[in-house]
Amino acid sequence: MDHKEMISLYDLPIGAEGRVVSLEVSGVMRRRLLDLGLVPNSLIKAVRRSPAGDPTAYRVRGTTIGLRMEEASKILINRL
Amino acid sequence: MSCCKTDRLEKYNIVSNDQYIIALAGNPNVGKSTLFNALTGMHQHTGNWPGKTVSQAHGSFDYNNRSYTIVDLPGTYSLLSNSADEEVARDFICFGEPDLTLVVVDATSLERNLNLALQVLEMTDRVIVCVNLMDEAERKRIDIDLKQLSKLLGVPAVGMSARSNRGTEKLKTTIEDVLEGKIICNPVRQPYSEEIERAIAEIEPEVKHLLQGSTINSRWVSLRLIDDDETILKSIEKYLMEIQENHKMGVNEPCPKSAILG
Repeated sequence: MDHKEMISLYDLPIGAEGRVVSLEVSGVMRRRLLDLGLVPNSLIKAVRRSPAGDPTAYRVRGTTIGLRMEEASKILINRL
Repeated sequence: MSCCKTDRLEKYNIVSNDQYIIALAGNPNVGKSTLFNALTGMHQHTGNWPGKTVSQAHGSFDYNNRSYTIVDLPGTYSLLSNSADEEVARDFICFGEPDLTLVVVDATSLERNLNLALQVLEMTDRVIVCVNLMDEAERKRIDIDLKQLSKLLGVPAVGMSARSNRGTEKLKTTIEDVLEGKIICNPVRQPYSEEIERAIAEIEPEVKHLLQGSTINSRWVSLRLIDDDETILKSIEKYLMEIQENHKMGVNEPCPKSAILG
């Protein structure tokens, strides 16, 4: 039921939800994202985008976090 | 139990003649400082903004004729992302060699908070998980099975509402029981993939040898080395140099009990 289409988190439209598949980053940034709760299979929802188009607010594990396009585009998700 | 705390704690600007040192860790904004005040009867400033506890504040309390120093660490979501706050917290838990670490978690968002708890459990054995804000959770109709949580984590889990002083007595008894060996902590340790486990097995004997005579967890240090964490390398180097110097000066000899108790 989950495996619809794999896209980058940045391409998830506002209001839509997905599940994290993988993080295509390494090192400190990877650690940071994992600590924010972005682990495989986490449910994530795009909440709103700043007027300039970047960053975007996402809801994950009960908290809203802001991610830049740079990071969001490296997070692969399955859109639900 | 390790000796000569005074020397060990000096580098953290902590002067203590108390019997036991307790570290207080937790995510930002879970009521760590409120719990600190409830335990010590102090009035350390509490406030709702990040980074309030810049460096460690410490205070003490007595319970059943035993004295405890409690060190309030900065609030962090992790101990591995290498911000200044996280390094302070990590280095104290690891190299300050506290007798016990309290991890305060928010009952209303356990899932997020357990990330830090699991990281601490990976570093050290003697841990108590304080599930704070139980009153808030009740209001939100969140029911927490403390027995099951404790069973899963392998360490005691104590429910509290530090704001209204609920649970502090129970926490003090639990602290005593753990430190007196009446409760044995047996924290869950995350098994890793075969590849990583093999790498750990390869370097851990060497790491263990280097850390001889300390209570530092060699598996955890091995994992950080595999992680290519440079900041931990610096901290370990500093720590090892201090041990060596102390050896030279003969400080590592066991202290007479009177020296600890002042």
